[in-house]
Amino acid sequence: MRAFAALYRDLDAATSTRHKTEALKAYLKPALAEPARWAGAAWVVYLLAGGKRKQMIPTRLLRRLALETTGLPEWLVEESYQNVGDLAETLALLLPPAGAAENVALETWMDERLPALRALDEEARYATLSGYVATMAQEDRLVFFKLTTGALRVGVARGQVVQALAEATGLDAPIIAERLMGYTQAGRSVTAEDFGALVAPQTATPAAGGRPYPFFLAHQLVAPVEDLAAKLGPPQGWIAEWKFDGIRAQLLTRGGQWRLWSRGEELIAEAFPDLASVAKALPDGTALDGEIVVAREGAGVAGIEPFAKLQQRLNRKAITDRFLAELPVAFIAYDLLEENGADLRALPQIERRSRLERIVARARARALRLSPRVEAADWPGLAATRAEARAIGAEGLMLKGREAPYGAGRKRSGPGERDLWWKWKLDPMAVDAVLIYAQRGHGRRASVYSDYTFAVWSGPQDEAGRVLVPFAKAYSGLTDAEMAEVDAIIRRTTVESFGPVRSVTPTLVFELGFEGIALSKRHKSGVATRFPRMLRWRRDKPAAEADTLADLQALLPVSPAV
Amino acid sequence: MNLIAARPEGLYCEAGDFYIDPWRPVDRAVITHGHADHARYGSKTYLCHADSAPILRRRLGDIDVRGVAYGEIVERDGVRVSLHPAGHILGSAQVRVEHKGEVWVASGDYNIEPDGTCAAFEPVRCHGFITESTFGLPIYRWRPQAEVAAEINAWWRANAEAGRASVIYAYSLGKAQRVLALVDPAIGPLVAHGAVEPMNAIYRSRGVALPATISPEGMEKAALRRALVLAPPSAAGSPWLRRFPDYADAFASGWMQVRGQRRRRGIDRGFVLSDHADWQGLLSAISATGASRVLATHGSAATLARYLGERGLDAGIVQAEYGEEEGEAA
Repeated sequence: MRAFAALYRDLDAATSTRHKTEALKAYLKPALAEPARWAGAAWVVYLLAGGKRKQMIPTRLLRRLALETTGLPEWLVEESYQNVGDLAETLALLLPPAGAAENVALETWMDERLPALRALDEEARYATLSGYVATMAQEDRLVFFKLTTGALRVGVARGQVVQALAEATGLDAPIIAERLMGYTQAGRSVTAEDFGALVAPQTATPAAGGRPYPFFLAHQLVAPVEDLAAKLGPPQGWIAEWKFDGIRAQLLTRGGQWRLWSRGEELIAEAFPDLASVAKALPDGTALDGEIVVAREGAGVAGIEPFAKLQQRLNRKAITDRFLAELPVAFIAYDLLEENGADLRALPQIERRSRLERIVARARARALRLSPRVEAADWPGLAATRAEARAIGAEGLMLKGREAPYGAGRKRSGPGERDLWWKWKLDPMAVDAVLIYAQRGHGRRASVYSDYTFAVWSGPQDEAGRVLVPFAKAYSGLTDAEMAEVDAIIRRTTVESFGPVRSVTPTLVFELGFEGIALSKRHKSGVATRFPRMLRWRRDKPAAEADTLADLQALLPVSPAV
Repeated sequence: MNLIAARPEGLYCEAGDFYIDPWRPVDRAVITHGHADHARYGSKTYLCHADSAPILRRRLGDIDVRGVAYGEIVERDGVRVSLHPAGHILGSAQVRVEHKGEVWVASGDYNIEPDGTCAAFEPVRCHGFITESTFGLPIYRWRPQAEVAAEINAWWRANAEAGRASVIYAYSLGKAQRVLALVDPAIGPLVAHGAVEPMNAIYRSRGVALPATISPEGMEKAALRRALVLAPPSAAGSPWLRRFPDYADAFASGWMQVRGQRRRRGIDRGFVLSDHADWQGLLSAISATGASRVLATHGSAATLARYLGERGLDAGIVQAEYGEEEGEAA
């Protein structure tokens, strides 16, 4: 644990990705040479590469620990938490220093002590926990509480773990990325053997077992239409498709079993039993890359529902037959990564595409669709088609180089601009909204009012008694400097405080952008926006001139007759 | 009846007709210490500790200032005023006011751990105590400064060996001198920014031993790479720093106790080094005064007052306009 705590501090202190990779390497190199440390290293990789464990100790016990060991009143512990913005860190700061400290190995915590805690009843669990903490060095506590609360974010991207492992072992990064697929699956336990497999010398074995391939991720295309020919060449060099707004997934059939992997590397087949029929219709040794969407009968882009419908399905714990009938999903396939057990990723996109077309046609599964190609003679023509994306529930277009292989992550698969996937999204929808509530953020923004609730007017300016109707929360899009300025204004214009939330005199207007909008019964405003964020601060606009609910409703898609 | 009360101009003693650290111009100002949020321009006369007088002159120009020794009593209209060490920075003082047997003390900013660059804090018995509360939350618990010193030295040494300068952002008055007194000058040259050096000179002229500091002008590149640089926080990202071929930076402040504060500044390291009392320090200082009436100001005033109130003290808050530079001065 001491070694992991030290690594965590180094990573936390590092301000550049290079420093982070170096810190990781500095930990991995000596660990590699010493198999006795592999069990610990296996967990370090798991936790830093994004592996999540269930919360092992309920928050209520942690709060109790804070109260009983410090003797402080509850409101003061709460006030401290509000200032720190992180429960684990608050505990580490509040608890009295330990007497004699012992160093318990990370794997002992992960494999034995923490799981054992879960099995105890409340009182026994509390007693064991406070015993552990009493003999824990001050510098280990932050990481310990981070582990127990299940959230260990330290700003390390999975790609950096891959890079550090590659540099420390001398293996190629794509090999590591591939071996790491499925490694961080939720709830999984990792062992010294798993770490050994991760760093074993390179062999020519293909993706084994049920593991997916690393997803090839798209880059955002931001360029005026007239520059595209110069940047990307003629559109004939590209395969254009709709950018669907669903869940990216890989569907695999291997060894008589099927698996559905999300981009976050979770196995999600359970949530989508309606896709079992698709898997059954595919030959063994197939890997499809595509998007899960809610879609009724039809082919191509017909009947695809907005993301909000998929959200409804995801929110359900139990999926009833009625639900399956009301919100059926389809898998829109857009790439073929494996056929008859052979890895096709090195083939040109166009070749993979034609094989995919054959496979989808042969499968003849109702819930399997082929992602249609969008074609136009020139870029302005494609841009015109892109403008219609919202009408079919898409976010824009995807552009894939005809001759390019399938890459891994955001890395290009070859030397040129055409070896990338580009997402060419529509500009977000936007309204000018008024900031009415503010809340302090977490982590880096713990002492800053950085999370805002926005409202639009219930009626036009000349309407007597019109009110501000809250409709969205947003916390991204401002620079640190702007946020500091907004923070100061919020403190100056506070009307009331309710716990961590302040209501303010409505003076601040922001252009709020979002990717989608749908009717919602849960929201006071009657609409729900998707991925709202601040596009810019409208310093020029007085609150009275902000947009109205009618402006917002005008953006709703024209819903088909139900 | 409080001997000292808040007025729009600042803390006011009616019996003696003077203000303590007024934030607007007044006739007579008593100043606890030279930080800009406590010593402001425009008053007719200033009274402060003799070590503070050169600081006030340097910062406020040609003013009418009288410097007195700790414990020296200035009497006026039956009110006895004296200054007592606050341990915050050179010349920092608590203001003791006595009138008809009633004693009040306004603490200014204070630090109860002796740091060697200024007179150590002395508790003063009183009936009413006006305390600062910059770090008035139990999450603030300082480690002994020797441990922080070792941390800073280890960081500097590692940077010097890697061939990069070590830049510490520290408030030019007080914190910079404290860091200088803590570090091991054998590791490399000590470089002071133009805002810091005049304050070093005042410290030295008042008999505080500080290691030698130099200006970076004309230094060899090799020496620059081993240097520890003391600069005010405003120097971060400024052209002044471009002379250093490569550097790591750090901020020395009590605020660095919370990770979010450090990450928000985007600096490499945060050293938890404060010139203010931590939570326990505030509580022990308050208890040592024996005061039955306590007014908190500056920072977490409401939190501290509520806590003291629950512990049976007659506690309240004073609205003050201090702390505009809290992020720097702390």
